[in-house]
Amino acid sequence: MITAGIDMGSRSIKIVLLEDIQVEGAPQIKYGLKKPYLMLPGDLDADQAATIAFDNACREAGVDKGGVKRIYTTGAGRKQVAFATDSVTEMTAGAKGAVYLFPNVKTVVDVGAEEGRGIKADASGKATDFAGNEKCAAGAGSFAEAMSRALQLSLKEFGEYSLRSDKTIPMNAQCTVFAESEVVSLIHLNTPKEDIAKAVLDAVASRVCAMVRRVGIEKDVVLIGGMVHNVGFVASLKQAMDVDELLLPDHPEYVAALGCALLAAQTH
Amino acid sequence: MNAAVMQQNAVAEKKEYWRWEETAWVAPDKDWRAAKILSCGIDVGSVSSQAVLMADGELYGYNSMRTGSNSPDSARNALAGVMDKCGMKQEDIHYVVGTGYGRVNVPFAHRAITEIACHARGANYMGGSRVRTILDMGGQDCKAIHCDEKGKVTNFLMNDKCAAGTGRGMEVISDLMQIPIAELGARSFEVDEEPPAVSSVCVVFAKSEALGLLKAGWTKNKVVASYCQAMAERVVSLMERIGVEREFFITGGIAKNPGVVKRIERIIGIEALKTEYDSQIAGALGAALFGYTLVQKGQAKQG
Repeated sequence: MITAGIDMGSRSIKIVLLEDIQVEGAPQIKYGLKKPYLMLPGDLDADQAATIAFDNACREAGVDKGGVKRIYTTGAGRKQVAFATDSVTEMTAGAKGAVYLFPNVKTVVDVGAEEGRGIKADASGKATDFAGNEKCAAGAGSFAEAMSRALQLSLKEFGEYSLRSDKTIPMNAQCTVFAESEVVSLIHLNTPKEDIAKAVLDAVASRVCAMVRRVGIEKDVVLIGGMVHNVGFVASLKQAMDVDELLLPDHPEYVAALGCALLAAQTH
Repeated sequence: MNAAVMQQNAVAEKKEYWRWEETAWVAPDKDWRAAKILSCGIDVGSVSSQAVLMADGELYGYNSMRTGSNSPDSARNALAGVMDKCGMKQEDIHYVVGTGYGRVNVPFAHRAITEIACHARGANYMGGSRVRTILDMGGQDCKAIHCDEKGKVTNFLMNDKCAAGTGRGMEVISDLMQIPIAELGARSFEVDEEPPAVSSVCVVFAKSEALGLLKAGWTKNKVVASYCQAMAERVVSLMERIGVEREFFITGGIAKNPGVVKRIERIIGIEALKTEYDSQIAGALGAALFGYTLVQKGQAKQG
């Protein structure tokens, strides 16, 4: 049986195709991990974009589209996919995917483009509690993105620069819009880019950490979502949460999509 | 894309739509040399700075400009802008009160007073003793203030954490829509029907939502209307937490944007008092009034 999980994020679409081969447990991942995901094209609506992404995924995985038994969606645009069988929340999908990859995980931190959240998960991968902020860009990837633009650094460089700094400059502004002016004034004061990058990522980490604290930080802790790729953020978050180890999946953007596909496979 | 269009776009990109007009004014029929007490209020805000001169407790002149990269220079420039217009020197002024975000960084001020107190005092002068509720919509914050008939603050609430509902948020939208900020209000009424507010609170998210609406075929005016409505709803929710009491007065830069003001009036069902004064000078005006009173009472450090 083949199932699909589609994560309709605010910026990009992530798809995982799963073949449940019914032997000795582990289902086989047919498509998703390691494959480039589709950035959400601005001129298409969510359903059209999902159709294109899904067609591509099936073709590349050599899977017959009609043979996909169930398609579950998650993410900001999860209700807008007409061909989906069902949809689940980001919390449900994230917890499921994370616990599948790391069975001992209790706390899932999910930082994507427009949302950051902390999720409490039980051993079966069920989300039991969560705290997040979907109203404000502070504490999400777009905050870091806006600041890297102000610093004229690529997102990759941004994280690397931050790692080279050992200074702690507190950012006063919480709002992304205000923080941008604050970054500009730091640039004018000839503050090294390394230190500014760290100040920004420390600020995002502290906001995210405050959300995760609301559900409680219990080991093992895993970080999922696109911000995993920012090495500076990972370091800042580890420090903010005061944990020795922060688990990082190899393909952090796909964890929610994977959770979706798993849930679709386990529905009877 | 042909070269001409590309060039046009390049020019469009360079234009600073958010840039609002800086103004300086001096009372044409008065002479400061005849005044017994000259007081000055300097409001160094996060986005704009104002200097107000008062001759014997009456408004004499003011200057409103963009805040520079450091507060002392912004204060000096704001004051110089109005003094140059009437040949005054700094030593002619008896008392200077600093207010606003950068109030402790006004090097020549005799005293610093919070902008909440100053806005209430200024609104009391501009709108009269009837004013009870003041909405100050500034560059990077928004305050709802209650005051008594003397302009003394009795209660206030503020949002300074989030750009939604502030002038800075409006500047972002102005740039995004490529419409000069002073025209946004009028443009927001050039719509066939009033659209609902954009659903995002955060300016960063509202920006992407606005782009999505344009792609979905909305006109720029309709998007601006939708954003003005969101801003109005946002500040009304702040005001409602302390209660709106008549009369109601709006200070700060956004008071000049009818797109937001009329929508606020529509939601709360109360019209804001109109004034002939520039709404942006309320803080500095209040500061200058405090300065005048202090001199009068002989409490000034130099008398």
